Amino acid sequence: MEAGYLPEYGPRVSDQRAERMLGALVCAVVVLLLALIATVFVRAWPSFAHNGLAWFGAGGNVDEQINLIYLSGLGSEPDVYTFHAWQLLWSTFLITGGAVLLALFSSLFVSVFLVEFAPQWMSDVLQPVVRFLASVPSVIYGLLGVLVIVPFIGNHLVTEPQKASVAGVISLSGYSLLAAVLILTVMIAPLMTSIFSDGLRSVRPGWLEGSLALGVNRWRTTWKIAVRTARPAIVAGTVLAVARAIGEAVMLAMVSGSVAFAPNPADGLIFVFEPSRPLAPTIVKNIDLLGSKPANSTLFAIAAVLLLSAATFSLAGWAARRSMSKYGATA
Amino acid sequence: MESPVTVPPIPAPSPPPSPVRKDAEEGSATWRLSDRVGLAICWGLGLLFCAIAAAIVLYLLVQGIKYLRLEMLFTPATAGFTQAQSGGFSDAFLGTLIVAVMGISLALPAGVGVAVWLVEYGRPAALARVTESTIEAIAGIPSIVLALFGTVIFSSTALGFLSRTSEGVVFGRSFFAASAMLSLVALPLVVASTREGLNAIPQHVREASYAVGKTKIATTRRILLPTARPQVATGAMLGLGRIIGDTAIIVVLLGATQNFAPVEGASFPFDYLRGAGTTLTNFVYEASPTGNLNQPEKAYAAAFVLLLMVLALNGAVDIVHRRARKVGTWSH
Repeated sequence: MEAGYLPEYGPRVSDQRAERMLGALVCAVVVLLLALIATVFVRAWPSFAHNGLAWFGAGGNVDEQINLIYLSGLGSEPDVYTFHAWQLLWSTFLITGGAVLLALFSSLFVSVFLVEFAPQWMSDVLQPVVRFLASVPSVIYGLLGVLVIVPFIGNHLVTEPQKASVAGVISLSGYSLLAAVLILTVMIAPLMTSIFSDGLRSVRPGWLEGSLALGVNRWRTTWKIAVRTARPAIVAGTVLAVARAIGEAVMLAMVSGSVAFAPNPADGLIFVFEPSRPLAPTIVKNIDLLGSKPANSTLFAIAAVLLLSAATFSLAGWAARRSMSKYGATA
Repeated sequence: MESPVTVPPIPAPSPPPSPVRKDAEEGSATWRLSDRVGLAICWGLGLLFCAIAAAIVLYLLVQGIKYLRLEMLFTPATAGFTQAQSGGFSDAFLGTLIVAVMGISLALPAGVGVAVWLVEYGRPAALARVTESTIEAIAGIPSIVLALFGTVIFSSTALGFLSRTSEGVVFGRSFFAASAMLSLVALPLVVASTREGLNAIPQHVREASYAVGKTKIATTRRILLPTARPQVATGAMLGLGRIIGDTAIIVVLLGATQNFAPVEGASFPFDYLRGAGTTLTNFVYEASPTGNLNQPEKAYAAAFVLLLMVLALNGAVDIVHRRARKVGTWSH
């Protein structure tokens, strides 16, 4: 090639070397992610293979099943894999769903307030507040939940007859769906608020002015024009919040009650006071069982479900954003 | 007869108009009831957010002042029957600092490198797209899944030198293992922030540098990265906040001991870094009523220290932002 022209040392060569090194770094990060996904699914496979779709079904107590799985891996008898995760899945669904709905509602209003209606002094206060709430470590939320929210629910909201009505099955001590949902809402709402308000700020002012010039008041203009235009940002923020909520392990391990139980909506109002345990905290609580091969596989299967659901939500969010951006809106 | 239309008096020399056109905004008085209810909800929720934040800070401040003793930061935890006997949490405090330094010193160069490659090189385009999705995916992976993955990597015999090994079995739990996985938690934040900073530099700055014969990498090192320093610093501090606040990875990959458990036979820093340990988040988790220690007073004290660290990081981000705005940008 032009080897005769170009110096073998010097700036150009070092530039190429730098590009190659950065490229290698990037490839390493990509390979790391692929390795993670492959490892999780390979490790999880025995658990899925032994249970089939019954893995996702109901039947038996999950905690007892995990215990049996763990013990079978220590002895010489054949490994047991029987695992029916419905109690964990249902708890994850209820807690995540409840928190995301509450957070979506409140974040939408707060971000509209922050961007359009709050007086200057108020938004000067609110903005750092949102950032602060987003940066408080989850274990602090968990601690406050355990020492403040849970005793409050247990002592003041749940009545004695209610406790007695389910006494043989579970204890309503305050570790509950309600505590988990409320605290999780406080954790994910700031995340959503900051993404929503970024979206609302990027709406073209001309569109809003056009609406105002037609005599539509500011409230209606905001909701009909700004919020609709910012829909991709709203979807993006919601997807991120769902991913965070599904993966939240430590705080939920502390306040959800940490028992294998599927809260039953048919129980009426006390349903929200019933304890449970979602998927991610189950891994944290059983982390000492990793040494047993079948238990290891079961925990990785839970991780695989977490990964898959997070991936599904981001794909769905991506599809939704794409279809919306046809109408000129940007995230 | 005076005309019904009153001529407005010639205004006296008015004060200079304020930059915010307050009068141009319509009030809510003319709105329909439903709209006004909506605005009330806005105010209510906004004030609720502030109230929650204030409650968290004030409550932990009160509990922290009540239970935190300075010597707790310098005495290690010991076994004891009461909370007064069980020492402090110096190892947890130190552990948090170690994990923060090690985690960010992995995440910062890697994150800046990835961001530079994405913005300045980015060829082939397919790899750039894959990388962007990868960073997004890493940001979306629950940290407990990262932790489980870490147990697989660091229990492999090839990486046995990073943790405790006994009879050929690699323990796989050490400061090295935890910091490496924590750096993945911080990586997306560093990448996103650095990219934002690099993208904000106008193209003509690069062209001017190329025109005087600088190569791409020299331009990046001498001009682009120094210009983007506020954003790089912001990303690093956001990443630090995530690292010191993470609990799941610590519980799984640091061994969750009460104190440092150095490996015998290794030279000084490595015996501690290869051993298991604890951090403030782990200490709070264990000392809460649902943990193994159940020392709520200590948990409050440690949580207060942790909160102070987070607040300090938040304040630092603010200062960097303000200073960056004062210096100004390239595009006047």
